[in-house]
Amino acid sequence: QPYVLPSVVQAEQNVIQKKLNKEYAPIGGEGDFCKEAAKLAFGADSSVIADSRYVTVQGISGTGSLRIGAELISKHWPLNKTIYLPKPSWGNHTPIFKFAGFNVGAYTYYDPSTCGLNFAGAMEDIKNIPEGSVILLHACAHNPTGVDPIPEQWKEMSALIKQKNLLPYFDMAYQGFASGDVDKDAFALRYFISEGHNVLLAQSFAKNMGLYGERVGAFTVVCADKDEAARVESQIKILIRPMYSNPPRHGARVATEVMTNPELRAQWMKDVKFMADRIISMRTQLRDGLAKNGSSRDWKHITDQIGMFAFTGMTPAQVEQITKDYSVYLTKDGRISIAGITSGNVGHLAEAMHAVTK
Amino acid sequence: MLSTARSSLQRNAANLSAASARNSSWWSGVEMGPPDAILGVTEAFKRDSNPKKMNLGVGAYRDDNGQPFVLPSVRKAETLIMDRALNKEYAPIGGEGDFCKESAKLAFGSDSEVVRDGRNVTIQGISGTGSLRVGGAYLQKWFPGSKVVYLPKPSWGNHTPIMKHSGLEVGAYRYYDAATCGLDFAGAMEDIGNIPEGSIIMLHACAHNPTGVDPTPEQWKEMSAVIKAKKLLPFFDMAYQGFASGDVDRDAFAVRQFLADGHNILLSQSYSKNMGLYGERTGAFTVVCADKEEAARVESQIKIIVRPLYSNPPRHGARIVTEILANPEIHAEWLVDVKTMADRIITMRDKLQAGLAREGSSRNWQHITDQIGMFCFTGMTPDQVAKITKEFSVYLTKDGRISVAGISSSNVDYLAHAMHAVTK
Repeated sequence: QPYVLPSVVQAEQNVIQKKLNKEYAPIGGEGDFCKEAAKLAFGADSSVIADSRYVTVQGISGTGSLRIGAELISKHWPLNKTIYLPKPSWGNHTPIFKFAGFNVGAYTYYDPSTCGLNFAGAMEDIKNIPEGSVILLHACAHNPTGVDPIPEQWKEMSALIKQKNLLPYFDMAYQGFASGDVDKDAFALRYFISEGHNVLLAQSFAKNMGLYGERVGAFTVVCADKDEAARVESQIKILIRPMYSNPPRHGARVATEVMTNPELRAQWMKDVKFMADRIISMRTQLRDGLAKNGSSRDWKHITDQIGMFAFTGMTPAQVEQITKDYSVYLTKDGRISIAGITSGNVGHLAEAMHAVTK
Repeated sequence: MLSTARSSLQRNAANLSAASARNSSWWSGVEMGPPDAILGVTEAFKRDSNPKKMNLGVGAYRDDNGQPFVLPSVRKAETLIMDRALNKEYAPIGGEGDFCKESAKLAFGSDSEVVRDGRNVTIQGISGTGSLRVGGAYLQKWFPGSKVVYLPKPSWGNHTPIMKHSGLEVGAYRYYDAATCGLDFAGAMEDIGNIPEGSIIMLHACAHNPTGVDPTPEQWKEMSAVIKAKKLLPFFDMAYQGFASGDVDRDAFAVRQFLADGHNILLSQSYSKNMGLYGERTGAFTVVCADKEEAARVESQIKIIVRPLYSNPPRHGARIVTEILANPEIHAEWLVDVKTMADRIITMRDKLQAGLAREGSSRNWQHITDQIGMFCFTGMTPDQVAKITKEFSVYLTKDGRISVAGISSSNVDYLAHAMHAVTK
């Protein structure tokens, strides 16, 4: 069933009880929301925040935040107007940048032979990206593969990206939802910051706060200093105004309440860990179930991968068969949403997957 | 060709090495953008310590105590919705079907043939701005005619950037007559008559922003005929339905007349003012099509535009709107609420005009009560505006536009006094 987090339910009740008015939010959203979103991403003790050398605006969830960034770089990026996406990436990334008038390229990422990361291939492709380009990085829980670099790999990527003078654009849609720990999931982002990258960041609260339809997100530019941040902010507002004027309040108020109310924040940490743990448990049960069914294939990737999705490695033909014979519905690239698995149906799924892949 | 490529490469190389040299300052070339004109008014107002100060720049309704107003029907609907403990799943790309259907019925009339025949594509948009933007993007991609939108002179300041950012050109037709503070109908008709065939014309359905000057029904009919003759595509911006006259059907007259005359219009609706839902960002965008089949094709293309813009629209405000429109009891209460707001505005107009007469002004202030909706183009010059701000702490935009919503019974006489002082 769809799940509204207990911390969010309570936060919403608190917000409603305050009987706030429905006046327009500022163009970039409420200051409190933006500050809290930045603190969540970078860590409350981040030097970026201490030096105020960032601009964060509320965006319409992840998509809207990505689009603001796309419009910003389309208009103001002084170097190579191409963004390089991992292969594969979320399907909507390409249209977001193209509609904004930015070119789209790609770098090797997923290795279908291992259902894991093709790290050598990625590094090779990144080495060949023209200097001064933009590179999109999934901060955690890569969508659609569930394959993330390990910390050591992130460090190597950071060094190479720095050397190539590329602008890192992080898409963080699953902070907390991936490992269950908001700080752990922000490792890559925070490492890049500590290495001196001035990144772009799109955050979504759709999954980690279950605020999906309320469209809560944030877009951040890390700048050289406070003055630059002010200039960049003024230009971002000029882009937002003719798009939708100012962002929706309700979800942002709820998110702010969750992040600033100590009791609710603590509860939220538990809620998000609960969701992540359930996902991880389903991965384990599915893998165990496949073994129990006698599968001789290596299904390690099911538990190696992280987040909402798993690239099973099933071929289009196998996908068609599992749908036809077992009424299991998934995309033809073999991607399953782990969130759709329950303890009640994981056995059936293991059976079905074994049947079409043995 | 080669030399252009070479110099372009040289430029890029120079940029690259410069950028490399100051790796942390990719955004060094980004200039500070111009401050928002209207925001500037509010900022200055906040800084003023005069207890009699008035903020007439704000484009949001205020009650008679000068406070933001959440409509009772809205609170009621919101409570009902909260009690249902609905989930927060994504809305469909085009918004909830019920919301879209109710919005179309509100605009076109519940007995509308267009709605009955399924000839409309209506999607939820991010209030008026977002709905206009989706419309602009749709026109840029699919309009087979001339990709120029003709706006009335003047129009809402954000219309031009919205259309330009969508990739359309912007033109203008005469509208406001500064000499009468009314409609320059002859000028409008002449300019519309000269718009190249197959262009797009933007029309404020009611309560023209910023002037408050609307055509009469007879004038609308004449405009409809000329627009038809010139094969122009009418794009209606209806941000004040109900809020203008107090009557939702009356305020939709122009939209419905054009439909009756056979125009297949575009329409942007906003619930910011008439339901006070400002910050919840609730609106709708409609394309009226030839038939149901065309509507389905158009809808599919609109969704392709929405998906990379923001994926799907915010739910909360839309749920409130749907509850209000679909629940007969609350719908009736809403109509009373919206009339209350419109009546208060009209009352303030009456009082301001009467106050100016009482002050002994010899000027013709008829336009204050002739104009309709949130705003009034007073006719004050920039100098007079500067003076009224400096000497009386009355804040408004330098085009002489006041937000009547910012006037209350406790300060209307002060305003009349101030306006007379600077214009006598």
